[in-house]
Amino acid sequence: MFYREAGQFKTSYTADMAIFPLREDRIGLAVIIVCAYALALTGNSFLLQAVMIPFLIFSLAAIGLNLLTGYTGLLSLGTGAFMGVGAYACYKLTTLFPGLNIVLCILASGFFAAAIGVVFGLPSLRIKGFYLAVATLAAQFFLQWCFIRVPWLVNYNVSGAIEAPLRTLFGIPIVGATATPETRYLVVLTMVIGLTWVASNLVHGRVGRAWMAVRDMDIAAELIGIRLLRTKLLAFAVSSYFCGVAGALLVFLWYGGAEYDVFNINQSFFILFMVIIGGLGSLIGSFMGAALIFIMPIVLGMVVPAVLNPFGLGVSAATIEHLRFMIVGALIIFFLIVEPHGLARLWQIGKQKLRVWPFPY
Amino acid sequence: MNGREMPVTVDVASLLAVENVSLSFGGVKALSDVSFDIRRGEIRAIIGPNGAGKTSMLNCINGFYHPTQGSITFNGERRRRMRPSAAAAGGIARTFQNVALFKGMSTLDNIMTGRSLKMHSGFFWQLLRHGPALKEETAHRRVVEDIIDFLEIQHIRRIPVGKLPYGLQKRVELGRALAMEPQLLLLDEPMAGMNLEEKEDMSRFILDVNQHFGTTIALIEHDMGVVMDLSDRVVVLEYGRKIADGTPQEVKRDERVVAAYLGLAHEGDQA
Ligand SMILES: Nc1ncnc2c1ncn2[C@@H]1O[C@H](COP(=O)(O)OP(=O)(O)O)[C@@H](O)[C@H]1O
Ligand SMILES: [Mg+2]
Repeated sequence: MFYREAGQFKTSYTADMAIFPLREDRIGLAVIIVCAYALALTGNSFLLQAVMIPFLIFSLAAIGLNLLTGYTGLLSLGTGAFMGVGAYACYKLTTLFPGLNIVLCILASGFFAAAIGVVFGLPSLRIKGFYLAVATLAAQFFLQWCFIRVPWLVNYNVSGAIEAPLRTLFGIPIVGATATPETRYLVVLTMVIGLTWVASNLVHGRVGRAWMAVRDMDIAAELIGIRLLRTKLLAFAVSSYFCGVAGALLVFLWYGGAEYDVFNINQSFFILFMVIIGGLGSLIGSFMGAALIFIMPIVLGMVVPAVLNPFGLGVSAATIEHLRFMIVGALIIFFLIVEPHGLARLWQIGKQKLRVWPFPY
Repeated sequence: MNGREMPVTVDVASLLAVENVSLSFGGVKALSDVSFDIRRGEIRAIIGPNGAGKTSMLNCINGFYHPTQGSITFNGERRRRMRPSAAAAGGIARTFQNVALFKGMSTLDNIMTGRSLKMHSGFFWQLLRHGPALKEETAHRRVVEDIIDFLEIQHIRRIPVGKLPYGLQKRVELGRALAMEPQLLLLDEPMAGMNLEEKEDMSRFILDVNQHFGTTIALIEHDMGVVMDLSDRVVVLEYGRKIADGTPQEVKRDERVVAAYLGLAHEGDQA
């Protein structure tokens, strides 16, 4: 395997501006995408339903939060609530417009989350850091209160839960009890790839640079003509859009139904941990963080008993759960102190080493 | 590099006129009744001991501080209060005494942010990175690459600026200001903390910018040698007041300046 840029000369700025300038990176990405689609053919429903679908959905939410916190430097603890807005909006859309294609409903639900995100982003002009985090926390609790107390949102359903109705795409059920994990996986995968592409376009252009400029030095950004409020609100809007779509996908293509407490503060922290461990300001990192936080407990649940049982040491599910908390906690402390750019940075360092291998520099 | 020439209304020669500007912070008077002008195309040095109010003066000019009294006329337009973004849009760019770069971004991205005001392609195209968005990005990238070549920083294009040595950071910051294609460039101690060679490079860049692109420059600098070489005219501030104004030769002979600089002169020479 040769991972080299030798011989690959860029002949135009457009080529040099490509998001993956190295041919090996482009091939690698293509291989990953093909493999991801091929996974649907393996017929391993457990893998798709319990691992891949939620992993992709959480990755999308992590990208959403990363755009706000990692790229624009605005800490939010309201991710769970913004995901909830997407889910409830999607539920209302499907009942108000039963004929509307479900994929369009999901994509449209993000706009409601974006609008709510902008409203709660307004204080960000005046307050920063810790105080802004508290303001988003207020959003979290207020919105969660709405999910419980506004019966209109759940169509006056006495159970207080929302449930995914049966919906089809090209005649194939993709939402509801009869949709197979394979079709749901393919829909989620396609939407996550599409939205990741959009996020990548944004962060590599004018908008992304304005976000990072505001993050790194807002005074200087203002002095070169970047409008602070507009830039921050756009970050809130786009971030909440991604979170909202992730929330709608969570309910409609994974759980099949949900109650308000799916979108509680724990969900917000869960996504925040993914972003911190994966890497602030990195899209690939968002996937890595989601993989680590979401898949690690599953692997632990399978590996730890398999290793210890032969020795007659039984481990309870609770012990594994504790183990998981300890590992996640340790990783967060490690990354916050040692490598704030997270797994994505470690990945980059590894690639750099590979690029010059076998020489040390 | 000056794309826009505004129709001249008041004085053909002066691009900027500072009239009776005073600025105070609570009890501290940072500037008292300062007046001077900057002519089109000149390099105007602002000198004075530490705490004399030089940085505050630049902050007033680009709208970061609002003078408590007096007025500033830029390009024939008189303003009492101006927002920094309006100053940027009007053609004023600056660098900072303590480098104010975007530390997490690469050299290239930092300089590209200087083009922010000139990029207008719609949000929809930004989402797709195609059509007008890509065309605009390429066009501005070309300008930025020219600036990178001009400043001889090709080798650090992709490096996050936070990792660069101080001297190079100052150069990138100049690049970001140049990317705005300003009419008036404010440089706050661009050579502070540099060694002799770096100072010579920076002096050359400043002269080139002034001569080839016709950019008007206001320069704060402590090194008297540099000031004498580069500037057309010098304003001297002390304790927030203007104590002298004229060509480098005139200022050098001025008794009050000599008095103010008696201790500092040696410091400036050896620095
Ligand atoms: N934001 C501020 N708040 C309070 N005092 C300030 C502020 N900015 C400048 N000053 C004061 O104004 C005076 C002039 O400072 P400055 O313009 O930085 O001087 P110089 O750049 O000539 O060294 C100093 O006494 C300084 O303490
Ligand atoms: Mg100063």
